[in-house]
Amino acid sequence: MAKYSLKINGKTQLIDVDPSTPILWVLRDHLNMPGTKFGCGMAMCGACTVHLDGTAVRSCSLPVSAVGKQAITTIEGLSANGTHPVQKAWLEHDVAQCGYCQAGQIMSAAALLKDNPNPSDEDIDNYMSGNICRCGTYLRIKEAIKAAAKK
Amino acid sequence: MKTHSRRSFLKASALSGGGFMLGISFLSNFKSFGNEPIANLPLGFNELNGFVKITADNVIKIMSPNPEGGQGVKTSMPMIVAEELDVDFSKIIIEQADLDTKHFTRQFIGGSQAIHLSWQPLRLAGATARQMLREAAAKQWNVPVDEISTQSGVLYHKNSGKSANYGDMATAAAQIPVPKEVKLKSIPDFKIIGKSQGNVDLAKIVTGKPLFGIDTQVKGMQIAMIVHPPAFGLKFKSIQNEVAVSKMKGIKAIFPIKIFNEDYEKTFFDTTTFNEVVAIVGNSTWEVMQAKKALKVTWQPIESYTQNRNMLGRKIVEKIPAGLEDTIEHKAKLAERITQPATVRRKDGDVETAFKIATKIIERTFNAPFLAHNCMEPMNFFAHVTDEKAELSGPLQKPEFTEQALSARLGMPLEKIDIKMTRLGGGFGRRSYAHWLIEAALISQKVKAPVKLLYTREDDMTAGIYRSTYSAYFRAALDADNNLIAFHVKAGGTPESPLYPNRFPAGAVDHYLAEDFTIDSNITVGSYRAPRSNFMAAAEQSFLDEVAEAAGKDPIDFRLALLNRAKEKPVGKNNEYEPERFAKVLELVKEKAHWESIKMTKKLGFSAYFCHDSYAAHILDLEVKDGTPVINKVWCAIDCGIVINPDAAKNMAEGGIVDALGAALYGKMTFTKGVPDANNFHNYRMIRHNEAPKQIEVHFVKNTLDPSGMGEPAYPPVYAALANALYKATGKRFYNQPFSDNL
Ligand code: FES
Ligand code: FES
Repeated sequence: MAKYSLKINGKTQLIDVDPSTPILWVLRDHLNMPGTKFGCGMAMCGACTVHLDGTAVRSCSLPVSAVGKQAITTIEGLSANGTHPVQKAWLEHDVAQCGYCQAGQIMSAAALLKDNPNPSDEDIDNYMSGNICRCGTYLRIKEAIKAAAKK
Repeated sequence: MKTHSRRSFLKASALSGGGFMLGISFLSNFKSFGNEPIANLPLGFNELNGFVKITADNVIKIMSPNPEGGQGVKTSMPMIVAEELDVDFSKIIIEQADLDTKHFTRQFIGGSQAIHLSWQPLRLAGATARQMLREAAAKQWNVPVDEISTQSGVLYHKNSGKSANYGDMATAAAQIPVPKEVKLKSIPDFKIIGKSQGNVDLAKIVTGKPLFGIDTQVKGMQIAMIVHPPAFGLKFKSIQNEVAVSKMKGIKAIFPIKIFNEDYEKTFFDTTTFNEVVAIVGNSTWEVMQAKKALKVTWQPIESYTQNRNMLGRKIVEKIPAGLEDTIEHKAKLAERITQPATVRRKDGDVETAFKIATKIIERTFNAPFLAHNCMEPMNFFAHVTDEKAELSGPLQKPEFTEQALSARLGMPLEKIDIKMTRLGGGFGRRSYAHWLIEAALISQKVKAPVKLLYTREDDMTAGIYRSTYSAYFRAALDADNNLIAFHVKAGGTPESPLYPNRFPAGAVDHYLAEDFTIDSNITVGSYRAPRSNFMAAAEQSFLDEVAEAAGKDPIDFRLALLNRAKEKPVGKNNEYEPERFAKVLELVKEKAHWESIKMTKKLGFSAYFCHDSYAAHILDLEVKDGTPVINKVWCAIDCGIVINPDAAKNMAEGGIVDALGAALYGKMTFTKGVPDANNFHNYRMIRHNEAPKQIEVHFVKNTLDPSGMGEPAYPPVYAALANALYKATGKRFYNQPFSDNL
């Protein structure tokens, strides 16, 4: 076990876990922040996407020991009250079906727009292809991202 | 306005703090359910029971006791109640209730029949509550009840100028006897139904609030995982290094559990691939995952056995063979069996003579592999079992059945078992088979602590309960004028048959034969989005495309002519579909896509299917670039009766199309010596953003018929629309799924 001081959603969190523990399980098990989802555990589905210093990363494959001083943002901290343009666009386009993949989709989309405020369809396809949705909401996700880009 | 008799499914009661509750429990009235062919119970619309609760301080709640798995029923079904209750939909609270067999006698979940069956009862429930509130107001104001009107949750008496909120009258309404007759709104007066409402849980979803079973956190809760045999055809023997692994950090216990007792009579949903698995319990998910990797278990081959099942009264015997099965062998057996005579399920006319006099005969065979469900939320469940009671919570599709199985396993009466239902991170049929709930309960009982059982993706994908592998042979006879005079279908599967003998083109052809067969296997299977239709539509609609081509006819016109025949002079009995309704979706999609003007220039595929009381037709436009299909557009026409929540219904159709394209192009689960060849998303390919169609246009047939299923009907015809378009683009017919293997 080892002690870590992590900056998550603007707050400092102290935890004592095995250094190999992925951030996904630090969030879900140790900090009771279940918004970040488990889908595959091998960086293949995107359900666990969080931001590390603003960049989208798959938290299931990011050991706590690799984070250091970098700031983590999760779906719970993306905005104060669900007011991030991407979250608003998701509501406007009634994107979700089961909703399980959507936290990861939103975190990927928010990171995409930060890097590329005006993405083409192809940019969206390329960037978002790491996020699986079994319910098949891809078209709405694309529309919502385009709408959020305009905000 | 139509008048409807009250049915015994409504029960009013007073609330302790004032106000009233009207319970709705109507499936008990649908006795025919027990006789339905249960094998096609799919993931479906769920909202079969519920209640309206109005408190004295005017909080109006519509409880939705059955789970939501993405079909939008938690929104659409309360809309129906709210419509007749006459309340403002944005002001009511919709809540998920627990499994409550005391208040709701038949809390059954699943089957796209549900929305069809629940339409009238939900309307009656809303209308009855409104009527009781009106009667309470009439009594208090001492005026005739006919003079009381309502609007958006307020009661009015025009002549005296009196008005009151529903809440003001709720306590008095509880004393009113449930009326024998109520009036339902006329369809043109609908204010809520037919207007799109957003998903009631979406604000929580986009902010990451705990909604799903996997999000459960309880004080003192431990994490459990299971280790199951690596191959079908193996079973537990012994644990090799229990002591060493028990000493790993955070690990509390390691022990085998038996899911069903040997003498237990299984019912429809009591499927488990491995009846004995090893449980590992510890403090945190990551620690348990490490122990799971380190644990060494000895497995041994199973022997062949038979298993009795009580399928809601119908007893069947399943034969489970021993051995480590291979996909090569599955394919070889199906290929051999499909050439042999099978069990006749329907016969019209004189098929053999018709084939003898035919001018042209077309024969084709179609195949599809096993498919894994791959719900994005892996299987999981929370359990806290003590000597006194069992508390469980999590995502599942058939809580009432599972509760009975659990009661039998724990030897605990139903009253002591409490199952809370969370939102489902996908169901698609997989969550009907809740062996993991029993596993969680047994583990909690053993470690005497609250436990959350979690399957890794690998566990989820390799624990079985797949869509069966299927094969279908078709033979069509055309006469000299290119009329379809005989049609023969023979379909089978390992281990389940996909055949629906009474669907199109049955009823439209004079000489018709449908047969089927099954092949035993120890690979377990279960319902999968649009069970069996998902394959039969693919095969039949691809075949008909080829027959139309052989007849030199436009594929839509060819089918329309057959539907016209089925309407004018139907052949045989028990035809499941209504030809006129069916034809309408073909005509609608043809018109919306401007089929006539684009069919010569674009690579289009057409397909249509009827299932779950709904009709769907698609036109798909694609091109193939460097061996990769690029799907430009899908036009979709659907007749599901009255559309309750149009935008949500559209979302369901879009999702069904994308999901089916993924399965058709990439979906497959294969086996080598009993071991599933895929175990996570690196080797089980799912459709992704860049592979989805660029555009989907959904059109609904406008009518005032009772609403029917939307979760599945758009799904089955997609496969053939794709195959038929691929043919146009490549000149090659696609007989074997997944298509990307043959591109
Ligand atoms: S859970 Fe991390 S990418 Fe799937
Ligand atoms: S909404 Fe269900 S997996 Fe994406």
